[in-house]
Amino acid sequence: MKLIMAIIKPFKLDDVREALTPLGVQGLTVSEVKGFGRQKGQTEIYRGAEYHVNFLPKVKIEVVVPDDLADAIIDAIVKSAHTGKIGDGKIFVLDVDRAVRIRTGETNTDAL
Amino acid sequence: MKTLLQRACWALPLLLCTFPAFADDAPKLDSGDTAWMLSSTALVLLMTIPGLALFYAGMVRKKNVLATMMQSFIITCLVTVVWTVAGYSIAFTNGNAYFGDFSRVMLNGLAENWDKPFILGAGTDGAVTNTIPESVFMMFQMTFAIITPALIAGAFADRLKFSSLCAFIVLWSLFVYSPIAHWVWAPTGWLNGIGVADFAGGTVVHINAGVAGLVCALVLGKRLGYGTDNMAPYNLAFAVIGASLLWVGWFGFNAGSATAANGRAGMAMTVTQIATAAAALSWAAAEWATKGKPSVLGAVSGAVAGLVAITPASGFVLPGGSLAIGAAAGVGCYWASTWLKHLLGYDDSLDAFGVHGIGGIIGALLTGWFAYGPLTADKDHPLGVTIGGLAQVQTQAIAVGATIAYTAVATLVILLVVGAVFGLRVTQEEEREGLDVVLHGEQLG
Repeated sequence: MKLIMAIIKPFKLDDVREALTPLGVQGLTVSEVKGFGRQKGQTEIYRGAEYHVNFLPKVKIEVVVPDDLADAIIDAIVKSAHTGKIGDGKIFVLDVDRAVRIRTGETNTDAL
Repeated sequence: MKTLLQRACWALPLLLCTFPAFADDAPKLDSGDTAWMLSSTALVLLMTIPGLALFYAGMVRKKNVLATMMQSFIITCLVTVVWTVAGYSIAFTNGNAYFGDFSRVMLNGLAENWDKPFILGAGTDGAVTNTIPESVFMMFQMTFAIITPALIAGAFADRLKFSSLCAFIVLWSLFVYSPIAHWVWAPTGWLNGIGVADFAGGTVVHINAGVAGLVCALVLGKRLGYGTDNMAPYNLAFAVIGASLLWVGWFGFNAGSATAANGRAGMAMTVTQIATAAAALSWAAAEWATKGKPSVLGAVSGAVAGLVAITPASGFVLPGGSLAIGAAAGVGCYWASTWLKHLLGYDDSLDAFGVHGIGGIIGALLTGWFAYGPLTADKDHPLGVTIGGLAQVQTQAIAVGATIAYTAVATLVILLVVGAVFGLRVTQEEEREGLDVVLHGEQLG
């Protein structure tokens, strides 16, 4: 099993979700996060007072999938979250040791 | 029935003949005027709560939102009581040229005259007979007394102790607002005597509050982290709603200052709308040209600047003049709030001085230039009492200078007294934590 963690632009969330459900993704977790990358921050000006905002809002998607689905899902996220402009985000893939569905006690791929 | 009617018809002319003086001379309450002034009073109260409360709260950080709204709210309550006890009496009774007398302390006398037309300055040469009862006049003026100190709060936001706020407001209302209102608006007041044109409070309200704000900002010092920390507003949507409510309420403020539902009120409303729009556009345009983007905060701040500047002029100027006053106020207040403030290095948190002080000065002086005589014409002065020109600008300048000087000194003295008794600022730790939880034990979720 793989944990696919994608940091994307907030307004791309729905596109990504629509791209993933046909591939058999049964559920995912979304969080609102802040951070910086090459996009750096942005400057805000309020009545002449300039503030450099270092951390920009992003959305983090976490989805755990069977190994054989991982590549297709990563491709789908890249395609659906892509704008071509700086700040599109990143995807990280991690190995997952175990998964348990709390309601039934099913484990690993059965629990996904 | 018929005979009764016939008798009544007979009697009617007799009655009129018997009391000709009553029919012709005695002033009467006018239900239309009274209705408009009741409405105006409610509109002006709307400017402070929730208008100003939202406008200011929208510009502070999340940890100070409730404390900022509380300032407007509690000032409304405090000044209501102060005005009832003595403020109204000091402002609007005859007294001398600088201070009213105490004949209306605890609103004494209102009961006897509750259904009679109110004569301002009764028994003096400049007496003004109104067609509304004194209760309505007193209430209308009370809402002005409320918003003026509430405006100052923009300068000391984020750092003043609540106890000090309460003490400061009570003293300031009694010893600064009421006397200046007396100078300008009581027929016996000395600025009224030299012919200053201040329809709705350019000097009394805005220069007064703006300069007091500047003194507060200087005495209190900068907020912790000013210039280094991110002090971006928590919720500018509040500020947009607040400024919009100010705009709507201001029709009561300016058109209501005619104290009647008449042509002058209509013209005051017209020029208020035009100047406000012009100022919002000119601030946004200036910002667009110099900073690259026309900000939402800039547009609404410009609108408030225009409302401030047209305040003394409404009731004296025509649409053309109001367009010029608005445009000048938008650019002038933008310059004061973004450039002058940083040049001089004071932390007027929400630009009480930059918008109200500077806007008030621009409006008060330009009123002298653009005043259209016929709006103030009466049977003794067919060309008008207040006629635009250099002489009137000079009179306006005296009023502006006197207001600035008195307010600056009196505000400083009050701050020193309050500071000695209560201390002015919260501790550094409390300021970092935020006034909501420190002063009021509450916070936004």
